Amino acid sequence: MTLAPERPTSLNSRLRVDSDAPRPQRPELKKSGRPNPASHLTPEQIEEIGRELDALRAEVMDSRGARDAAYIRKVITTQRYLEMGSRAALLFSGVKVRGIRPMWWIGTAGLSVAKILENMEIGHNVMHGQWDWMRDPKIHSTAWEWDNASPASQWKHAHNEIHHTFTNVLGRDNDLGYGILRVDEDQRWSLFYLFQPIWHVGNALIFEYSIAAYDLELGSYVAKKNRMSPEQKAEFKKNADEVLAKIKRQATKDYVVHPAMAAATFTGSGRHTLTANIVANLVRNLWTNTVIICGHFPPGIETFEKTSIEGETRGEWYLRQMLGSGNIAGSKAMHVMTGNLSHQIEHHLFPDMPSNRYAEIAPRIRDLMERYDLKYVTGSLPKQAASVYWKVVALSLPPKREGTTRRATVWKAARKALRGKGGGGRRY
Amino acid sequence: MTATLPRQATDRHTARPSARAAALPGLPGLPGLSGLLGGARKVAQALATPLVPADYLDLIDPMRAGADLRGRIVDVTPETADSATLTIKPGRGWRGHTPGQYIRIGVDIDGVRHWRAYSLTHRAGTPDGHLTITPKAIPDGVVSNHLVRRTTPGTMVMLDQATGDFTLPRELPRKALFLTAGSGITPVMGMLRNHLDELPDVVQIHCAPTESDVMFREELRSYAAASRLTLHENLDDVAGVLDLASLDALVPDWRERETWVCGPTGLLDAAEAHWAAAGVSDLLHVERFRPSVVEPGEGGTVTFERASVTVDADGSTPILDAGESAGVLMPSGCRMGICFGCVVTMREGAVRDLRTGDITATDENSGDVRIQTCINAAAGPCHLDL
Repeated sequence: MTLAPERPTSLNSRLRVDSDAPRPQRPELKKSGRPNPASHLTPEQIEEIGRELDALRAEVMDSRGARDAAYIRKVITTQRYLEMGSRAALLFSGVKVRGIRPMWWIGTAGLSVAKILENMEIGHNVMHGQWDWMRDPKIHSTAWEWDNASPASQWKHAHNEIHHTFTNVLGRDNDLGYGILRVDEDQRWSLFYLFQPIWHVGNALIFEYSIAAYDLELGSYVAKKNRMSPEQKAEFKKNADEVLAKIKRQATKDYVVHPAMAAATFTGSGRHTLTANIVANLVRNLWTNTVIICGHFPPGIETFEKTSIEGETRGEWYLRQMLGSGNIAGSKAMHVMTGNLSHQIEHHLFPDMPSNRYAEIAPRIRDLMERYDLKYVTGSLPKQAASVYWKVVALSLPPKREGTTRRATVWKAARKALRGKGGGGRRY
Repeated sequence: MTATLPRQATDRHTARPSARAAALPGLPGLPGLSGLLGGARKVAQALATPLVPADYLDLIDPMRAGADLRGRIVDVTPETADSATLTIKPGRGWRGHTPGQYIRIGVDIDGVRHWRAYSLTHRAGTPDGHLTITPKAIPDGVVSNHLVRRTTPGTMVMLDQATGDFTLPRELPRKALFLTAGSGITPVMGMLRNHLDELPDVVQIHCAPTESDVMFREELRSYAAASRLTLHENLDDVAGVLDLASLDALVPDWRERETWVCGPTGLLDAAEAHWAAAGVSDLLHVERFRPSVVEPGEGGTVTFERASVTVDADGSTPILDAGESAGVLMPSGCRMGICFGCVVTMREGAVRDLRTGDITATDENSGDVRIQTCINAAAGPCHLDL
């Protein structure tokens, strides 16, 4: 028997709201020269915020019960009936009535909604462990697989672990622009970003595949392939095979088997079922992308430097989640269709809290933030999405610097790239 | 929060269609049919992925053959002030039971699934195919109180197939003695209802605090009145707790009787000692029903079973850190309780959430539970599947 050390040095500082060594006061300005939104808070106040949020979390988690269990089961049942109904309608999607194909429209709309529900309110949240407390082996983070190209295991690593721990930390959180977008002034400009409006729209359309590539860390593999150890390469190969197998199963279902079933009804529906599945996946991709970009990219949401999170306490982590996320205001139906990611701030504070509870704590989180003079970012979906699209266009250009023009900076980078000196590479 | 999960973790999402099809028994002489069935299965799998066809079929008919075994409660009848008989219509996958056996029942209380074991008390082979259990509410018992007092007909429950070897032998004994106390009568009731007519000589001794606490009182007395068995009721509040020394007077030939004992641990231990002292232990059958609950403490030894490593961990060290510093390859993620990347199976033990102080412990019926190692510290000896 070996003896574990009394208090291992690896103990995560984020497990506690306080710390043994005093925490530093936040500086007035960030390194980039922009104002630090939390500089007015003392370490003691941040600790107090941590305690208040811990208490709120305990209050909600202790009150989970039959009402919540009934909620998620109802959503799952509704989603499955909707999907079955839509797929059944699509069996006759080729039938024309007075010039239109009613079953195509009904089936496509239903399937789009079913896929969105499955990905957002069900898949994303179940994989976060929000429903593990029910001890239902069918609705459990370790058992769930979702209707998306990225395998659950890889999604959970990239999203639950990396993104939720290092939210909006430049160079640590790859969700900040997914490595292809400059969505914050503090991200360094490069020529690659000049064309980012194109990347952005392309990314939105094939969002499920870009998520899969991103969870796989395909970009970093391509960049670092030559420096990787054989073990790292084997690991990548294993993950890549897993993704390809998942994509194959998904594509076979949507683009082969269901159209084939429809073709077997001899109503000329095979081709129309194929287009219906393509459209439903596109709609899902566009919708999920739109919701997700509103979570961290709209103006007023902060980013953080790597050095600012050293020795971070639980209170400081909470603070960063609040400042690094933004909400979407809207109807109850909108909240469900976003998987309650419209309550992004609440979700980032308590990622394992059942999603149906976010709406109920939202006013209290807002009150807390206002009491501490912190900005609670929120707005309607069109407003928030438009602000991100505008940002993507605006930040495609380099920042204004004294003594030179933006045009000159772009030309300089372009000439460098043409001479093969890497000016076109992406970097923060 | 701690992730917990009973042993019956499903493999539905990882099941490959090819594996399912390969597992299909070949039908000799009908290779075409078996191929067709396998093919249909593959198509159904391909249609349902990433779920499995069962996930959709369960919506339509959760009780169908081939589904995870479930049951619907059709009736709840009080037996005594703190016990009730629940009549359950089992799913079509129910394989029946041998009287004396028990089932595990999974019931959702306040949204959380709990599993408990109860003896089957019904007469087998009735046309409706219903089964019954008769739980007794124990003080502070979450599940037993829920089943006895708050369950309503129509409720769906999860079931396991019957199991247990507290049953009558194939060749029935000429002379039988049943010695029961409290809810210990339930497996015996299952045997009496099914086999009393075939048992020529039965003595039943039953202990309960008062007359009104005797479960199945009228039925037992009617058997006695019809001379189908000899009944001794020992009411503890009147006669005191049964002293096994009095057996000689109550049942002079008890040493010749094949005996079944079920009740509190004290009775079982005393019976085992008494029968051993008489040199007739081979005639004694004992059913133990008390769940062994791990009493939570501060810190404890953590055993990583597959790595064959045991460490002494204090009550403030996350199990993740304790394991890593002992060189165990631990799955890990955020190390702050939010990502669920470190969830592992705890076979046995108790842990304390370092953020909230909440205890998660295994008991005999819940089986394994899943825990996050990064925010849980040992609260007693723990055995992990790692």
